[in-house]
Amino acid sequence: MSGAVLQHLVNQPYKHGFVTQIEADVVPKGLNEDVIRLISAKKNEPQWLLDFRLQAYRHWLTMQAPTWPNVKYPKIDFQDIIYYAAPKPKAKLGSMDEVDPELRRTFEKLGVPLHEQKALAGVAVDVIFDSVSVTTTYKQRLAEVGVIFCSFSEAVRDHPELVRRYLGTVVPHTDNFYAALNSAVFSDGSFCYIPKGVRCPMELSTYFRINTQESGQFERTLIVAEEGGYVSYLEGCTAPKFDTNQLHAAVVELVALDNAQIKYSTVQNWYAGDANGVGGIYNFVTKRGLCKGANSKISWTQVETGSAITWKYPSCVLLGDNSVGEFYSVALTNHHQQADTGTKMVHIGRDTRSTIVSKGISAGQSNNSYRGLVKIGPKADNARNYSQCDSLLIGERCGANTFPYIQVHNNTAKVEHEASTSKIGEDQLFYFAQRGIGAEQAVSTIINGFCRDVFTQLPMEFAVEATKLLGLKLEGSVG
Amino acid sequence: MSHVLLKVQGLAAAVAGIEILRGIDLTVRSGEVHALMGPNGSGKSTLAKVLAGHPAYTVTRGQALFDGQDLFAMQPEERARAGLFLGFQYPVEVPGVTNSTFLRMAYNTMQSARGGEELDPLEFDDFVQAKLEMVGMDPTLLERSVNDGFSGGEKKRNEVLQMALLEPRLAILDELDSGLDIDALRIVARGVNRLRGADRAIVLVTHYQRLLNDIIPDYVHVIDDGRIIKTGGKELALELESRGYDWVSEEFRARQAA
Repeated sequence: MSGAVLQHLVNQPYKHGFVTQIEADVVPKGLNEDVIRLISAKKNEPQWLLDFRLQAYRHWLTMQAPTWPNVKYPKIDFQDIIYYAAPKPKAKLGSMDEVDPELRRTFEKLGVPLHEQKALAGVAVDVIFDSVSVTTTYKQRLAEVGVIFCSFSEAVRDHPELVRRYLGTVVPHTDNFYAALNSAVFSDGSFCYIPKGVRCPMELSTYFRINTQESGQFERTLIVAEEGGYVSYLEGCTAPKFDTNQLHAAVVELVALDNAQIKYSTVQNWYAGDANGVGGIYNFVTKRGLCKGANSKISWTQVETGSAITWKYPSCVLLGDNSVGEFYSVALTNHHQQADTGTKMVHIGRDTRSTIVSKGISAGQSNNSYRGLVKIGPKADNARNYSQCDSLLIGERCGANTFPYIQVHNNTAKVEHEASTSKIGEDQLFYFAQRGIGAEQAVSTIINGFCRDVFTQLPMEFAVEATKLLGLKLEGSVG
Repeated sequence: MSHVLLKVQGLAAAVAGIEILRGIDLTVRSGEVHALMGPNGSGKSTLAKVLAGHPAYTVTRGQALFDGQDLFAMQPEERARAGLFLGFQYPVEVPGVTNSTFLRMAYNTMQSARGGEELDPLEFDDFVQAKLEMVGMDPTLLERSVNDGFSGGEKKRNEVLQMALLEPRLAILDELDSGLDIDALRIVARGVNRLRGADRAIVLVTHYQRLLNDIIPDYVHVIDDGRIIKTGGKELALELESRGYDWVSEEFRARQAA
């Protein structure tokens, strides 16, 4: 049973690794101001947005790629990446039915329905293929209650004042190396606006797919919930199997005004590379939410199973008094995957509260680090934080680390941190076996138990998906 | 004569290259209760684990038939599904997995193996509540993680509860009495006694005689140095209690020499 069974359990082939044969409009490799102007021109952008990009690009040139994450990879040649790749439209899209059939088949294979009548009940989907948004479902129905849900490009065209008001206010282009790069070259993404007092009537979802081999994906997501607004938003991601690494450097910005709530869930299943660590996505992402208003709440839930390297810290800036930030994370690494992920909770307003629940699962020869910052500012009277970081090891050759950073500048704050490390061992598996339960079921039961506190935060249908996904990822790994 | 459930012949087994069992012969029939006694390190717990299929142990010689089937050709979970139950000396903690979930999974696995009806969580809850009283177990332990933070007594009750739920044909109870105070021991023993039956055999692995005041065995075996060196009735346990183990070993050596 021991080693071999665990190994067998984790080695399940990646199911989304196919490539779609579709003609793409591709900007030549490399990055300079002309490339940025070309991307901007292709998208018919206004001057202010081109200026935003160029400013970010010029700042990026002065920056160095960060080396502090606990991950190892060869230096990235930023001149060897395609910064814009779009499926060539056969004609201007008038309705969903005019989506290129090849693309439609791709998403059907992935289980993402583009037809509204076939869509998941009550979920509107925006679909991003390489650099552009292909389609958004349920737009009409959302518009009736005043919710705007569209691709970022459409938002720039149709709601420039909103985009301009909020773009870069949570993650400025100066924030970090990859955020600067994204600000310079981002191609598309999703935009969502919840007007005052509106509870979004359905889950919103964006599905990301990288298809072109040498392209990077640099999407930009912006979600704004006005006073009293509520939205639950989910993103899913997959990519074909290539033996080269692809860069994914996204920026997500969330803004919640007074009494608004944003719940943002991610099920990330980018291609992770093969069992020897060849290929896979570099997932270097900046996600941050600003609880701008009083009593606002932002909740991040992530299930990270893919990517060769994951490097992301979905964060909350708790500016409004009595605002709440939450971070629930499951990060699973197998084979040679590396993850350095966690969160930042920055308490600025009074009576702000944050909760962090992080579950790291390492198998194979992977390395899984939690890195989290809890910062209590001088004016954050009565701020509260509770952090729980648990690691589960499967096998003998993987690693888990926890790097908590706690900075408290107000003596009324209460900050709690709990951490644990456990291991699925031979004795546990034998105990299950002695009760008639085989190793696969034992491991999936132990893992689901371990992740329960996070899975309960996911919208129902995605909790089921996440449970299945973890099972698949670990098939063959028990040993 | 009743049905032979377990027949062990010339069994030798090693862990980490060291031979612990050195030729065990043991026959257990349905309806019987056997006690395996012996000093620390004699191999009695090893025998229990080898029969259940613990992966750390290697069978080097001999065979074991369980209900006529080659036990060592079966995976540990297959042995369990065939009705061989091991009550653990140190029950394993499984943080994050609710005890009731675990118990129901084990029960349904066994039911499915026997062609019986599986129970949904609500039905199972009714079913398990009725068994709790038998071992005097606090119902709140069902909602905690498996054995996680349980006291020694609670863990042992949870083992006997599993025996009551799974209704094995052969239950090997490894050091059921360790870590129990007198009151807890009585309760657990009463539970085991209620599970005695004509179709079931029980093997008690124990270091002390006191357990055998409460669960009276049909046979007592003394294991020393990986072999069964003496077999007797329940009165042998009392003799061991008063005289210790040395005289049995000496007797055995004398017989060997003769």
